[in-house]
Formats: sequence, structure tokens, C-alpha cells
Amino acid sequence: MKIVLQNLTKIFPSRNKKSDEEVVAVNNFNFEIPDGKLIGLLGPSGCGKSTTLYMISGLQKPSSGKIFFGNDDVTELSTENRGIGLVFQNYALYPHLTVKQNILFPLQNLKGKDKLDKNTMLDRAYEAAKLVQIEQLLDRKPSELSGGQQQRVAIARALVKMPRVLLLDEPLSNLDARLRLQTREEIRRIQKETGITTVFVTHDQEEAMSISDMIVVMKTGVVQQIGKPQDVYDDPANLFVAKFLGTPPINVFSGHVKGGTLFIGGDAVMDIQTVADQEVVVGIRPEGFVLDENGPLKCKPSNVEVMGRDVSIVSTHDASLNPLVRSIVNADNKINISSEYVRYAVKPHKIFIFNKETEERIYFEVK
Amino acid sequence: MVESKQQWKAWLYLAPAIVLLLIFTVWPIINTIHMAFLENYNGLKAAGGATFNFGFANFQKVVSYRRFTQCMQNTMLLCVITVPISSILALLIAVALHSIKRFQKVLQTIFFLPYVTNSIAIGMVFAAMFNIVGSFLGMESEILVTPGIVNNIIEFFGGTKVNWINYGSTYTANLFVMAVYIIWNALPFKILILLGGLASINKQYYEAAKVDSTPHWRVLTRITVPLLSPMLAYVIITGFIAGFKEYTSIVGIFGESMGPANDAGRLNTMVGFIYDSLANNNQGRASAAALILFGVILVVTLINLWVSKKRVHY
Repeated sequence: MKIVLQNLTKIFPSRNKKSDEEVVAVNNFNFEIPDGKLIGLLGPSGCGKSTTLYMISGLQKPSSGKIFFGNDDVTELSTENRGIGLVFQNYALYPHLTVKQNILFPLQNLKGKDKLDKNTMLDRAYEAAKLVQIEQLLDRKPSELSGGQQQRVAIARALVKMPRVLLLDEPLSNLDARLRLQTREEIRRIQKETGITTVFVTHDQEEAMSISDMIVVMKTGVVQQIGKPQDVYDDPANLFVAKFLGTPPINVFSGHVKGGTLFIGGDAVMDIQTVADQEVVVGIRPEGFVLDENGPLKCKPSNVEVMGRDVSIVSTHDASLNPLVRSIVNADNKINISSEYVRYAVKPHKIFIFNKETEERIYFEVK
Repeated sequence: MVESKQQWKAWLYLAPAIVLLLIFTVWPIINTIHMAFLENYNGLKAAGGATFNFGFANFQKVVSYRRFTQCMQNTMLLCVITVPISSILALLIAVALHSIKRFQKVLQTIFFLPYVTNSIAIGMVFAAMFNIVGSFLGMESEILVTPGIVNNIIEFFGGTKVNWINYGSTYTANLFVMAVYIIWNALPFKILILLGGLASINKQYYEAAKVDSTPHWRVLTRITVPLLSPMLAYVIITGFIAGFKEYTSIVGIFGESMGPANDAGRLNTMVGFIYDSLANNNQGRASAAALILFGVILVVTLINLWVSKKRVHY
């Protein structure tokens, strides 16, 4: 089932009656979510990603715009009739029911021709439990489960009625780091196995990048960029997207273009002929640095972090807009931290320049 | 833990409360038990220096009174009728109040009004509603001026008027009026407690139920009631305790005669029985009756707790 969002907008009226300051939570969102894909809605808190999810679920009504499931306009359809599965951030498992009863709950609500007999319901519940690997926990109460197990129960409950669309609200935020890694693979596997179009919300870029077919980066209600995770990472549309994606984060410098040469501080980093002279913001991915004794970029090294395969060099540069410049280089390199400067050459496709005012990307051709 | 050197301070701070409790609660309880076992104990005679034998005579006498059986029956019947009905009504009203947005505060206030109104005053209003005015103290032959608001309504819809509480009224009619009054009077407290409970239920359970297209009735029975069960248990247990202590409501409607003019005392309750005994200066009998009432409440509460342990979640 593909999901189409058409000019989707959500405006929350002002709480204070005196001022008419409205909050535009989601602003003119257009997107067609392809059938059977896993989509990550990504952004910092308050960016409207959860609001978007809740509008797809029907729990919140859009102020304007339309939502289609396949060819059906569901904008006016209430949540009950949308046939969605929703996993809440804190799972919302019914505390007084056992895992089995929780999973059976949606099936017991089916009416009319969809009504199932008891054995079919039990079979379906068991199937869903098996999919998320909690068959042995069926008689427990939610309070007797760990966070990860509760999460699985919530997914089983959402999947058991075979929804047209599966929605996950910050599915991993209540789990510890190790479980988070494991569960996100689980979600990926379950989504692949069931083929249900899935939308999930997260503020963790790593999470979104690792499992999504496509990501949607949002900021203050406005979609910044939509694309495959790698494409968005490699080709950010603006400074916000560049900064938001990637760990360690991108290094940002203030720079300028003069006579077709890009300068970072006093260092002439690169020739870029097609860009007019102007002040710019320069972003360089940590993996974009290459150690080079004659390299143009001179940084003062302060620390080296060994990460096994790679080495992270922490240094400073006068033009850096971040307190530290972090580069990741191959561990085979010999790094002399006591030397006054560490000199880098920069990989051209790992360097992005942005307009200083609008923060939009300035594209350039490398000679 | 408070260090032992500091303990005297703790006791010092507790002293005012403890002293008051000892004088006004603990001592009277001990005294009640003591009096209950002194045969035919009478305060005046005791002050005159009379002595009384120790024994169970008070209890035997209390139980053998016809009036006592009647009082016990009235109390039990009113409890059994009013507590379930008022609890269920309170639940439905609380859920309804919780789900509306407009006028919620206004309606809450209206529903809470009986709680802050004097119960004798409410009783008098109820008496007026059910009373056949003009024959309040009179005979059957007397000319009726108005049959009361409730009868007017019944007649408006084509029914025949009922003698609710006056001379010659039936026991069933009397009980019905009492039940209506007690239920109405018990509602506000229960609604308040249940509203508090509802407010503390996480809204996401309802959103989850909505996503799963749960019918309203099932939301109520499978989600709201179980999640509210601790509050419901509290409401029912305190409801029974209050029900066993019913007294002022009867006085409010029937006056001190505790029944219609032709059968005074017909609707007397356990507490009424205790007051009557005290009025006759028979403190021994009153104490014995009080202990019996205490025993009944204790047993019923234990049963309630036992049931709720099985039914209440968490």
C-alpha cells in the first residue's frame, strides 16, 4: 500500500488566547511513500515528524492537505477505519492483560465478515508472536517483561491484524544501546518479511540511516530533504541536513571563495571555478580528510582517538565553527601528535559549501 | 530511621495528636467494649454507685429484640441495593463527564453539589418531592391538596400516584424512596474519586484502543474498568461502610419517627437502634449493638478486600 501525502499541513492554534501566534507543526508536506518500503521520518524534537505520523494514523486531523492510502482518500477517515498498526513510543500495552490477551485484543474487535473464530485468532496471535520471537512469553504480564520484550509485544499487537500500514513512533528510544542495535535489525527483518509499508519516527540519524529504504529529514515543520540514506548523506541539500546526518558530525568552517579558489581561513583548500566570490560555510565530512605533508589545510592537533580500524584525530582550526575538528583516517597512518601542525588534503566529494545567509548548498564543479 | 537519641523528639512532636486520639478515640472504644459486657449497664445507675455483672446478657437482649432484626434487615437491604447501583451510576457518570469537553467544569460542580449540602436539608427536599402535602400528619380520609412532585410527574405520564412515605404507605415504597435518596447522596463522592482515577489513566491506552477499532462498550469493560479497579474497590468498600452507618438520611425523610406515621420505627437502622438505646439510658445495650455493627462491617469489608484482591489489577 503506497501512502501519498499531499500538501499536508498541521497548524496548532495558539494556547494563549490573547496572542494569535499559531504553531505550524507540519508545513506543506508532499511525499509519496512507495509500497512495501521502510521510511524513516527524521529530525530534531519539535520538527513535526511525530505530528506527521499521527496524521497518517488519523489520531490527529490535518489542518489542510490530503492523505491517500493507495488510491483511497483517507483524510476524513477516522483512525478506527484506516486499518493501521501503530506502535507507541512507550508501547501502551494494556497492563492488566497478558501478552497473549494484548496480542489478541485487536482481533477480538473485528466485526461482521472479518470476525474470526477463537482458534483462528489464537493461531494468528501465535504467528505474530513467533514473528517477533516472544512465543515463550505469552502468559506474562507486560510489567514482567524487559523493555525490548515489551517493544516486541507492541509490534506483534500492531501486526496481528495485518494492517495496511505500520507506524512506529520512536520505536527504539526506550531501549538501551545494545538492545537498540538488535531491535532495529529486528524491525528491518520483520518489515522485509511482512512487506508492510512502514513509517517510523526517530530523532536518531544513525537509526534512520541504518534501516530505512528512504529517509525524510524535517526541521520546524518543513521537509528539508527526501531520499535514500546514502544519497542524502553524500549530497545534502543544505547545511542543516549536512549537520544532522553522520557520526561523528560534519566539520563546519567559515570560509570564502575568491577568484575561483576556496579558502578556509588563510588556507587555500581547493579550486572551484564555477562559484562567484562570496563568504561561504564549508562542511567537510570526517572521512573527507587525507593526511598529506603538503596538504593545504593546517590544523593544530590535540588528541588522537584510536578506534581499531580507524583513528580519529581531534584538532583545532581558527576558522572552524565547531570547537574541534575531527577527522577519521586509516590506522596505518603514523600520526605525530606533538608536531605543530597536522596537514590535510581534502577529498572533493566530501566537501560541501553552503551560502552563508540561506545555508543552502552551493554546487560546484571540481576541475 | 530516626536515631534513637532523637526518638524522644519524634514522640514529642507526635504527642498532641496521640493525646487527642487516646482521649477521644481509644478510650471510648475500650469503654464501649467494657460497657457491652456489663449486664444492663446504665450510666445513671453507675454514677449512683450500682455495680453490674459481667456477661453476655446485653448481646442476647439486643439480638432478641424484634426491632433489632428489623433494623438489621433495613440496613442490609439498603446497603445491598444502593452500593452497587450508586457505584455503577457513578462510574457511568464519571466516564461521561471525563469524555466531554464543553461544560465539563460546570457539570462537575453540579454533580458535586449534594456533597456540600446538609443531608438533613436534602432529606427534607426529597420528603417534599415524595410527600403528599396536606396529609403529612393526617388520616387517609383527609383531603389531599397535592400528591407531591414525583406523583405529579407519574400522573402526567398517565400512571397512578403512589403513597410513598405517608400514612399507610407500603414498606417497598418506603425503601424505594430511601434507596433513591441514598444513591443520589452517595454519587458525588464516588464520582469525584472515579474522575480522579480516570484522569490518571494514560491516554495512550485509549489511542491504542482506537487504532485497534475497539467498540466503546469494550473500551469501558476491558480497559477503563480494569485500569480503574483500585478506585472502584475503594469506592465500593467505603460505600458499604457508609451504608452500614446510614441514619441521617432516614431522619431527613421520615423525621425522628423513622417510618410512616402508622408504623414508626419501620425504617430504623443499626445506628438508629444504637441512638435509641442511648436515649433510653441503656448504654450497655447500645455498646453491644455498636460492637455487633462493628463486627458486621468488619466481615463485609474483609469479604470486599478478599474479592478485590482477586479482581483488582496491579
